[in-house]
Amino acid sequence: MIRRAVESEDPDRLYTLTGGRSRADDVDLDLVTLIVGEADPVAGMQSEHVRILRITRHPTSVVEISAELALPISVVKILIADLLGAGSVSARHPSSVGTLAQLPELDFLKKVLVGLKNL
Amino acid sequence: MDSKISERPARTPLQTTATEGLKIVIVGGFGVGKTTMVRSVSEINPLSTEETMTQAGVGVDYNTGAQAKTTTTVAFDFGRISLNEQMVLYLFGAPGQERFWFLWDRLFSGTLGAVVLVDARRLEDSWYAIDRLEHHGTPFIVARNNFEPPTHELSDIRRALTLPDHIPLIDCDARHRDSSKQVLIALVNHLYVLSSARETTS
Repeated sequence: MIRRAVESEDPDRLYTLTGGRSRADDVDLDLVTLIVGEADPVAGMQSEHVRILRITRHPTSVVEISAELALPISVVKILIADLLGAGSVSARHPSSVGTLAQLPELDFLKKVLVGLKNL
Repeated sequence: MDSKISERPARTPLQTTATEGLKIVIVGGFGVGKTTMVRSVSEINPLSTEETMTQAGVGVDYNTGAQAKTTTTVAFDFGRISLNEQMVLYLFGAPGQERFWFLWDRLFSGTLGAVVLVDARRLEDSWYAIDRLEHHGTPFIVARNNFEPPTHELSDIRRALTLPDHIPLIDCDARHRDSSKQVLIALVNHLYVLSSARETTS
């Protein structure tokens, strides 16, 4: 396990990173939403945005970006929302599944089983 | 077969065709082997991150000038398995303590299902987790992690956990890739049974 310095992060720095915002209200990003870079970094861009654009040259989940940047999930969501707003990244959202009331389709589960058995 | 962790690169990129992220959560008490299980099946070295939530205190006296805030922080590990060209399964190892459930909806809504990993010597650590999963309506199975040969029958464990008969309870050794893989297969088989039952009744 790679332990990073998230726990000792200065709250003021996190506040500055997000311009004082604490929630990415208008964008629904899951931990496993895959983010794909659509543009190269440009001069003058915030360094965290640059790092996200570099990481997402391959599809990368929100939670992996969070681990890579050593920043809390909620902060990373706000940074990604900025890039989505600017059209610099796109998001591949997961299908909505999960509770006993909303179980996944059998075909979907079959694919998961095949994938696991092939491990 | 175990692979040496040092042979794996820090973070292998996903295939460009990946479109669908899935979640399975492994819940259990401290030291029960959650990270061990994630590590044994993950295609990347387990990573760690955290979520924080800050709430303004209730009943704050603004005259004091210092606004009371409570911050909830939950750290968790995760690994990754590419199931096919499109589907990527993320495995989260999560502590079962109270503050974690406070963030469940934010972090783990849409979870395919959960594995409650139990240590037979400390079953009481998993009571709360089982109760919470039932409350959230998350399908789950229970896996007993055996670091040593087990001394109790699984039926004793089921009784001690007051686990209903329809919820699978299996043995595993989280250190071994194949055993951890069988746990995940058991969970998805359980989901399959639940989903089939729904289709026949609807």
